[in-house]
Order: sequence, then C-alpha cells, then structure tokens
Amino acid sequence: MIDDLLQPVLRTSWRFVVLILVLGAIVAAGAGAWLYQVYYGIGMAGIRWPVFWAFYVTNFVFWIGISHAGTLVSAILRLVNARWRRPVTRCAEAITVFALMIGALFPIIHLGRPWLFFWLVPYPSERMIWPNFQSPLVWDFFAINTYLTGSVLFLLLPLIPDFALLRDRTAGMRQKIYTALALGWRGTPKQWRRLESAMTIMAVVILPVAVSVHTIVSFDFSMAPVPMWHSTIFGPYFVAGAIFSGIAALILVMAALRKALHLQAFLLPLHFDNLGKLLLMMSLLWAYFVFAERLTTWYGNDPSELAVFWATQRGTYAPLYWTMVACNLVIPVCLLSISRLRTITGCAIASVSVLIGMWIERFLIIVPALGHKYLPYSWGTYRPQPVEVVITVSTFAAMVLLYALFSKIAPVISVWELRAGERTR
Amino acid sequence: MKALYSLYPDQGAAQEAVDLLRVAGVSDRDIIIRSGEPLDDCELGQRDAGTWLPWITTAGGVVGLGVGTWLPRATAASWPILTGGIPAASWWPNLIIMFELTMLGAILATAAALIVSAGLITGSTAIHEPALAEGWILVGVMTSEPSARVENVLDPAGAGRIRTVN
Repeated sequence: MIDDLLQPVLRTSWRFVVLILVLGAIVAAGAGAWLYQVYYGIGMAGIRWPVFWAFYVTNFVFWIGISHAGTLVSAILRLVNARWRRPVTRCAEAITVFALMIGALFPIIHLGRPWLFFWLVPYPSERMIWPNFQSPLVWDFFAINTYLTGSVLFLLLPLIPDFALLRDRTAGMRQKIYTALALGWRGTPKQWRRLESAMTIMAVVILPVAVSVHTIVSFDFSMAPVPMWHSTIFGPYFVAGAIFSGIAALILVMAALRKALHLQAFLLPLHFDNLGKLLLMMSLLWAYFVFAERLTTWYGNDPSELAVFWATQRGTYAPLYWTMVACNLVIPVCLLSISRLRTITGCAIASVSVLIGMWIERFLIIVPALGHKYLPYSWGTYRPQPVEVVITVSTFAAMVLLYALFSKIAPVISVWELRAGERTR
Repeated sequence: MKALYSLYPDQGAAQEAVDLLRVAGVSDRDIIIRSGEPLDDCELGQRDAGTWLPWITTAGGVVGLGVGTWLPRATAASWPILTGGIPAASWWPNLIIMFELTMLGAILATAAALIVSAGLITGSTAIHEPALAEGWILVGVMTSEPSARVENVLDPAGAGRIRTVN
C-alpha cells in the first residue's frame, strides 16, 4: 500500500515532465500577458468606465470560492470523524492552499501600478496614507491572510509524519530535504497525541475562518450601494456558492489524481458517491439562494434593480444566465440525483459543469450590476480583452501545475491516516 | 547512552513488552516507543495524553484579540485627522479585524505549541527504523549498559530482532 502511495513522489515519468513543460508554458504566457499589461497600462484590459471590476475580480472571487473545498470539507469531515474522509482530506487541503495563492494574486494583477502593492497593506500611517480599516478591501487583506496561514498549517501539520516516512525511504539530497521538512518527527506516542489534538483544534478554529473569508469577500459587493449588490443575503449566498464550487473542484481533482497516479485502490467509487451527494445538496441550496435573491428583487420592483434583473433574465446577459442555471442546477441534478448516473464519470462531468456555472455566476454578479447603475447615463458594457483571457486561462494551468508539483513533493493521500483507518476498520 | 530495542507487529504485543519492561523495573521515562501511526487501541497511546494545547490556543486567541483591538484604534488615533469630534475608529468594521486577528493568534499559537510540546525540531532522531513504515512498533530502552535482563524481556515478545543504537 505504502509503495503505491509513494510511487508518484519517488518516480518521475516522461509524461509528468511533458505535463510540467506544457503547464509551465501556459503559466509563462499568463505572466507575459501580465507584464504586457503592466508595461502598456491597465487600459490593455477591457476595464472601462463604468465596469472597473470584471474578469480579474471574477477570478478573485472564483478562486477564493474554490479554496473552500479543502479546509472546510476536510475540517468538517475530521470533526465528525467520517471514516471515508481519510483518502480525501489531503487532496482537499492542497486545493485550498493553491486556490488561495492564485486568488490572492488577482488584487495585485488588478492594480494599475502593481509595484506599489504594499500600499494595500494596512500598517500605521508613516507613509502618509490613511489605512482605512472600514474598507472591505482591508477586511479582505486580514481574512485572506488568516485563512491562508491557517490552511497552509492545516495542510503541513499532518504532512510531517509522511515527510518522516519519506526521510526514511530516500537517500542523498532528497533525504536531507525530507529530514528538514520532517522537523525531527520520531513517532512517539506523545507526538501522535499532540498532532491529533492540534489537528482537532485547527479544524475547530479554521471552520469559522473559512466561513468568514467568503462572507467578507461578499462584503466587497454588499457594502456598496450598487443595484443587486446591496443585499443581506450575499454573505450566506457567497459561502454556499463557495462550498458548492469547492466540492466540484475536489471531485474533479480526485478523479484526475485517481487516473493519473493510479490511485484506484484508494479513491473509491464510494468517495465520489458521497461527495456527489454533497454536491447535489449544494446545487439545490444554491438554487434556493438564487430564487430567494431573484424573487425579492423582482417583488421589490425597484427600477434600478430591475434594470440589472432583466438584463440578466432576458437581456444582453440572458444567454450567460441560463447557461449558469443549466450548469449549476439542471446538469448536476440530472446526473447526481439518479444513483446509476452518480458514477465517477458522472460526478466528474457534473463538477466540470458546476465549475463553469460558478465562474459565470461570479461574472454575472459583478459585470451587469456595474454596467447598470442608478442613472442610465452611466450605463455601459464590458468586453474582455485578450490579455485578460490569457491571464485567466493561465491561472487554471497554474492550479494544475502547483498540484502536479505538490504530488512530487508529498503523497497526495495521507499515508499514516489511511493506515490508521485500515486498522480501525 | 545506548538504545536497545525490538520491533513488534501489533499494538497488543508492544503493550505486552512495555508491561514486561515495567515489571523488570524499567521506568516509563526510559522506555522508548515509536510507531508509524497513532496508537489509539492500547494504553501506550494514552501516555502524555494530558495537554495544555487548548489553553495555549485560547491564549493565542486572546493575544490576537488584543492586537486586533489595538491596531485599528491606534492607527486611527495616530493620524492627525480632524473629524470634528466624531470618533475616527468604528466598532462594527473593527469587529472583523478583531475576529480575524483572534483566529490568526489562535492558529499560530496552536502550531507553535505543537512544535514545542511534541519536541519537534529540538528532539533527537538518532533511531531511524524504516520498519516503522511497514506498521511495526518499536519498543526499547535507553540504557548506558546493555542488560541481559532487558534483552530477555524485549526478545520473547518481539520479532526476535533486538538492535542497539548508540
């Protein structure tokens, strides 16, 4: 069992090298597009008055949402001591860390003068700049950094025994690296007790942080008096959407890892079935939130809100809106509510659909509202430019690249947790 | 100081070896136990069960709360802005900063407490036993003089693989 799990770490195939080169090239293209934008100015992006938040903020919200897969799902499963969690938790925790790292880049990519990014850091006023603690963007800074710190530790702490395992199974430079990463782990009963206690405490602490992060991301919108943004439902609506897209990302990553790393013996149909049921539940919850939000807007009959409402229901953005509904509700419900279709392939197809739908949802929250503010003279449209498309595509490649590199550093399934689970079964 | 140890295939056998060592007069402090997974099914795993970790987490949270309360207020107070008597710092938005820094303090304290209390980084890793990865459990004794009595205790219950590490 251990050899199967460690094989992807210890052996590198030519396919892996090719994958890294291809993904690296796409990420380099994204970096090049960003440098182009920095050199020629933010006008190279399609961001124009009145739509100043578009692809970049869509990506920011999308990736922060994806990050909810890991830590939240993993923490809940740990706390309820779900036995089937063991092969799933590390896959999930890694998604969180990488998605957060990518998401946190977008506020910087979105800056006209990114070399002044440290102006975003709210330290006291020696720079003669007022650090506005009442700004939701400053709240973002604290929330994302807390979540990133917590998620990195939540991923790294249970990795220590597996680094020790690799330390004892490698030689040369690799052994030196794993010796450093294992932090002197010996496997004494005291160390195991402390690690398990720390993981339980971290799971308890990280849950409210995860909920707060996406609530605060929703505050970026709901604190502004923009039609269809200024809503009390945005906090829970964003959190539900984040968990929804996070579970979809987790299923997709697990399906890919299962195939690519030959983990069929560990990532079982049972895991996909359980996660598929969770995804189905979140799909229905998402639909409930959308219905509640839309009905309230329609019933309120406020002209400025209805302008945005109708633009998405039957206007310019209607094709995107109904694609979103199909992707987030129709396809997942059809595939996941019938047990015969809730296979690994069925779950993976539903997950791809949900990820597409949730990206569109983020876009539809941002762009139509900014394009239809209170006075029609300020209405406008948005057309994405190549630089934004390239950067967006490159972030998806970056996610896969980071995951692929991670699978070379550590086993993507926690060896010691899996073995402990085997024993107690 | 030398370590004399043997490997056992399961938690029951390891527990039996520890019990025999105790009967032979070896103190708990001198008994070494290593495993590749948590020992939850026997008394061995309950050693050092008591921990201050939750309290250290709470203390970290309290420190974070203090910083989170101080930072926005001190920043606002240090800026010579004229507000016409209106408070420059506001509790409602500051609650978010306070919450996030409380949690950050708790998270960092938990990680630091784990590293210190579990003896990571500073502890000796002299015994490298690859068999632990295969599920074996190591039970041994720290001793200045290898004793036949201890060897006799370790051998029958174990896998017959007595080893010595300097």
